[in-house]
Amino acid sequence: MSLLEARGLTRHFGGLRAVDGVDFDLEAGEIHALIGPNGAGKTTFVSLLSGRLAPQAGTIRLAGEDITRTPAHIRVRKGVAYTFQITSIFPGLSVFDNVALAAQGARVRDLKAAVQAALSRVGMVGMAAEVAGVLSYGHQRLLELAMGLALAPRVLILDEPTQGLAAGEIEGFKALVRSLVPQVAVLLIEHNMEVVMDLATRITVLNFGQVLAQGTPDQVRADPAVQEAYLGA
Amino acid sequence: MKVWGLHLAVLAALALLGLVLPQYHATNLARIMVLAVFAMGYNLAFGYAGLLSLGHALFFAAGMYGAGLPAWHWGWGAAPALLAGAMAGGLAAVIVGLLALRTAGVSFMIVTLMFAKAFALTILYFNSWTGGDEGFVVPDTGRALFGATLAADGPRYALAWGLFTVALGLSLLLVRSRFGRVMVALRENEERARMLGINPYAAKLQVMGISGLYSGAAGAAYALLFGYVGGTFADIQYSILPMLYVLLGGAGTVLGAGLGAALMFYLTDVASSVTDAWLFVVGAALVVLVLFAPKGILGWVRARWWRDLP
Ligand SMILES: Nc1ncnc2c1ncn2[C@@H]1O[C@H](COP(=O)(O)OP(=O)(O)OP(=O)(O)O)[C@@H](O)[C@H]1O
Ligand SMILES: [Mg+2]
Repeated sequence: MSLLEARGLTRHFGGLRAVDGVDFDLEAGEIHALIGPNGAGKTTFVSLLSGRLAPQAGTIRLAGEDITRTPAHIRVRKGVAYTFQITSIFPGLSVFDNVALAAQGARVRDLKAAVQAALSRVGMVGMAAEVAGVLSYGHQRLLELAMGLALAPRVLILDEPTQGLAAGEIEGFKALVRSLVPQVAVLLIEHNMEVVMDLATRITVLNFGQVLAQGTPDQVRADPAVQEAYLGA
Repeated sequence: MKVWGLHLAVLAALALLGLVLPQYHATNLARIMVLAVFAMGYNLAFGYAGLLSLGHALFFAAGMYGAGLPAWHWGWGAAPALLAGAMAGGLAAVIVGLLALRTAGVSFMIVTLMFAKAFALTILYFNSWTGGDEGFVVPDTGRALFGATLAADGPRYALAWGLFTVALGLSLLLVRSRFGRVMVALRENEERARMLGINPYAAKLQVMGISGLYSGAAGAAYALLFGYVGGTFADIQYSILPMLYVLLGGAGTVLGAGLGAALMFYLTDVASSVTDAWLFVVGAALVVLVLFAPKGILGWVRARWWRDLP
C-alpha cells in the first residue's frame, strides 16, 4: 500500500481534459517529481490530491483511507500539505504569524519553538518580525516553504518551489528537501531539470492530462516518448 | 505589557470621568460605552475577520428585545434580562451566519441586510406583543440590579463601564490568541487559511456568534440603561453606525471601536447643535477620513508608530 494513491483521477474544464484518468502512487519516504510541459495538468492534478478541486471521477487514498470527498482543510490536518505555485501568503502579517498559522494548524504546543525551527530550516531566522508582504520574491517562496514545513506533514506537495529562487538559494533548497526524507514523502512539481534529476527517486511525466511515463530518472530520460514530447531531445 | 498598560489606562480614565464629569456628559459617555461594545462586536467580524455585515442592527435589536420583552411581559429583573439579551444576539448571529456565510463579499452584505430587514418587519408585524412602531418603556422592575436601579445616574454609568471593561478585556484576549490570528488570516487570504487546515466556514461562524454576543449585550444594556425599546433600533442605520465607528477609529484595532464611537457621537452632537445640516458635516468628516486616513485613526497610529498595537 502506498502512502498516497490516485486511481483514474479525472478533471475536465469544459472540453479541456486537464487531468484525464491518472493512476499515481506516492511511496512513503520518496521524492517524487512530477514534470510535464506547461498546461500539462500538473497543478490541476495536485489540486485534486490536496482537495482544492473536486475530481469528476476516480479515487484518492491516503495510507489506505479513502479521502476522495474529504474537504481540503481536513486533508491538511491528516498530513497532506500543499505549497502554492503562485505564492500565497498573508501579506499583511509578520513572518512569524504566517508560520505560526501553519504550526497551530498542526496543533503545536510551543508555537515559538515550532516557528523558529521552520524558519531556520529555510534560512530565515532573524526575519520573524518582518511583514511578509514586503519580503523579496525569493524570501516569499521560502516563507511559503516554511509554512509547509510547519504543518509537519506526511506528504509535502511543492508546486514549482524553485521558481524565482537565485542559484545559491536552489542549492540550499535541494539540501533542505533531502533532509526531509524519509520522514516526509515529497511530491515535487519542477521545471528545472537539474533539480529534478538531482533530487527525484522517481519521476512521473504528465502530458495532456495523462501519464506519459513513470519510473526512475534514468528510465524516464531514456523513454523515447518522453524525449519526443517533453525533453525535446 | 505596554499594551495592557494602555488599555488599563483607558479604563481607569473612563472610571474617573464617570466621577468628575457633569451629569449630561456622564450620560453621554455611558451611551457611548454601550455603543462602543456594539462596535467592538462589529469590529471582530468586520475589522478582524473581514466579514462586511450589513445586518448587525438585527443582533443589536435581538439583544434589546431579548432583554426588554421578558422584562415587560414577565417582569424579569435586569440581570437575567441582560443575559437573555446577550444570548439572543449571539443566537441570532449564528442563525444568520449559518446561511449568510455560504456567500461572501457583496452577496454576504445583501443577505445580512435582508435578514435584518425581515427582523425589523417581524417586530412591526407582531406589534401587539412588541409594541410595534412606538416600542415600549422598560418597567422599573426590569431596571433593578442587585438592589440598585439602572435608571439612576451612578449605577447606569457603573454598568456601562463594567460592560465596556469586560468587552474590551475579552477583545484583547481574543485578538491576541491563536483564534485571533485565525480571524485575521481569514480576512487576509481565506484560500491560504484553508490550506493550512483551517475550516473557514466554522471559524467565521464562531466569529459571527461572538460578534452577535457583543451586539446583543450592547442592545440589552441600551434597553435597560435608557429604558426604551423600539423598532427603529432594528433599522439599517443601526447596521451602518458600528461600521462608521469602526472605520473612523480604526478597523482591526481593539480601541478603535470605542474611539470611533466617542468621536462620532460628539461630532454628531456638536454638528447638530450648530446646523440642521449635521448629516452633511458628518459626511464631510468621513470623506476627509477616507482620503487622509483610510485605515482610521488607530490604523494610522499603528502604521506610523506602533506596529504591535492590537
Ligand atoms: N480553473 C480552470 N478553469 C479552466 N481551465 C483551467 C483551470 N485550471 C487550469 N485550467 C487549464 O487546464 C490546463 C492544465 O492546467 P495546469 O495549471 O494544471 O497546468 P500545469 O501543468 O500546472 O502548467 P504550468 O507548468 O504552466 O504550471 C491548462 O490548459 C489550463 O489552462
Ligand atoms: Mg502549474
